Amino acid sequence: MAASESYPDDLRYHPEHDWARIEGDEATMGVTWYAQDSLGELVHYEPPDVGATIGKDTAYGEVESVKAVSDLIAPLSGEVLAVNQKVVDEPETVNDDPYGEGWLVRVRMSNPSELEALLDAAAYRKLLEDLA
Amino acid sequence: MPTEAGLRRTPLYEHHVALGARMVPFAGWEMPVQYDGVIPEHVAVREDCGAFDVSHMGEIDVEGPRARQLLGSLLSNDLGRIGIGEAQYTLLTNERGGIVDDLIVYQLDACRFLLIVNASNADTDFAWLRERELRGSDVRNVSDQYGLIAVQGPRSLERLGLEDAPAFTFAEGEIDGIACMVNRTGYTGEKGVELLVMAEEAGDLWERVLARGAKPCGLGARDTLRLEVCYPLHGNDISPETDAISAGLGWVCALDRDFTGAEELRRVKEQGPTERLVAFVMEERAIPRQGMPIAEGGEVTSGTHSPMLDRGIGMGYVPAGLAGPGEEITIDVRGKPRRAKIVQKPIYEREEH
Repeated sequence: MAASESYPDDLRYHPEHDWARIEGDEATMGVTWYAQDSLGELVHYEPPDVGATIGKDTAYGEVESVKAVSDLIAPLSGEVLAVNQKVVDEPETVNDDPYGEGWLVRVRMSNPSELEALLDAAAYRKLLEDLA
Repeated sequence: MPTEAGLRRTPLYEHHVALGARMVPFAGWEMPVQYDGVIPEHVAVREDCGAFDVSHMGEIDVEGPRARQLLGSLLSNDLGRIGIGEAQYTLLTNERGGIVDDLIVYQLDACRFLLIVNASNADTDFAWLRERELRGSDVRNVSDQYGLIAVQGPRSLERLGLEDAPAFTFAEGEIDGIACMVNRTGYTGEKGVELLVMAEEAGDLWERVLARGAKPCGLGARDTLRLEVCYPLHGNDISPETDAISAGLGWVCALDRDFTGAEELRRVKEQGPTERLVAFVMEERAIPRQGMPIAEGGEVTSGTHSPMLDRGIGMGYVPAGLAGPGEEITIDVRGKPRRAKIVQKPIYEREEH
């Protein structure tokens, strides 16, 4: 069952519709409700390798719906500590629960000052309003 | 009616918007790509019944004492094999044996035929036929007069209250009092009909069909359904540059006859094609897409995620020596090599119980 629209206040957002949840020097990342709704039901997740280095504002992986491929843009730089195998096996998990079970990667941040450039939930919602 | 962007709208446009469809440009038309989602729509057609607006497709009427002679000289299949009330899948071919379009011809009476053609080729086909018109054959583009609604799926006839009838036949009929031509044809591999209706009544017919339990389905599901059963899409898998023999469509070419390009097709058949259009299933998690190179030669002409197999599937041209079922090929998925296996067509077939 698809999730209903939400943008939790405890997350930081990247304008390319990605989110990050910060815990100490680690960040969990995924795509926003808006991203999964625009793409439709996801049928493929191409994750980065564990141990890979990913860079803020660059593609770290891909998700695909039946019709389209979309790059995953990293909100923050860091080293990949884990990828969500549940999403590799069942990509639709992202549609069902984009901020919970549908997380995509966990990274160790290499430059926590990058956080300052991310949006809070209110600013991200404003960005979506401007897109509409 | 054209939009600001120059896109045309079918008689059902307002109905799609009211249903919350996602509208996209397709072949010069503004069409619904999905309503609820490609996968649930696809599954509805495989398990029950779905309805598609295919009013963007073209209709060309060919009438006159020499209509048969004109079509016989331009279309690849043998019109002599059908009679009144029957339909035939056939190709409009060019001098090189290339495919100008693939279409279905319906024989309305002894001297009158209706061609239902791809939206993207309707103007080309009409011009092609007009240029070659004979005295005694009148070719008219009647596309704007009609709406066309495909109702497909194992329960489609039951839901519409129609009797079973052989595939590739048609008859005048009605659904809830709305007159239409009921064609036993489709593009999904399922039992079903395509209903040709006067444009002004298309909206009412659509509402009746949905009220009878058909799920509205967009072009997204239409593409995944046709690819699972390996129906070629003109512009992807076949084109004026590809010939029918290489495309595996020799069965719709009556090569004992003379029609445009027949000589070239006989030559290709005799010598054997250098490439063949094959169907493949991914062996690894990856979704092939149109234009991706195949390492062994050739490229993907159609690719998608198969909702029924839950895997990447596709079609593409490969060197003829590698075209047999079971051969392994490698698809270049945005720089990553991904293994696939060539399979017998169709890729998906209902298990018969």
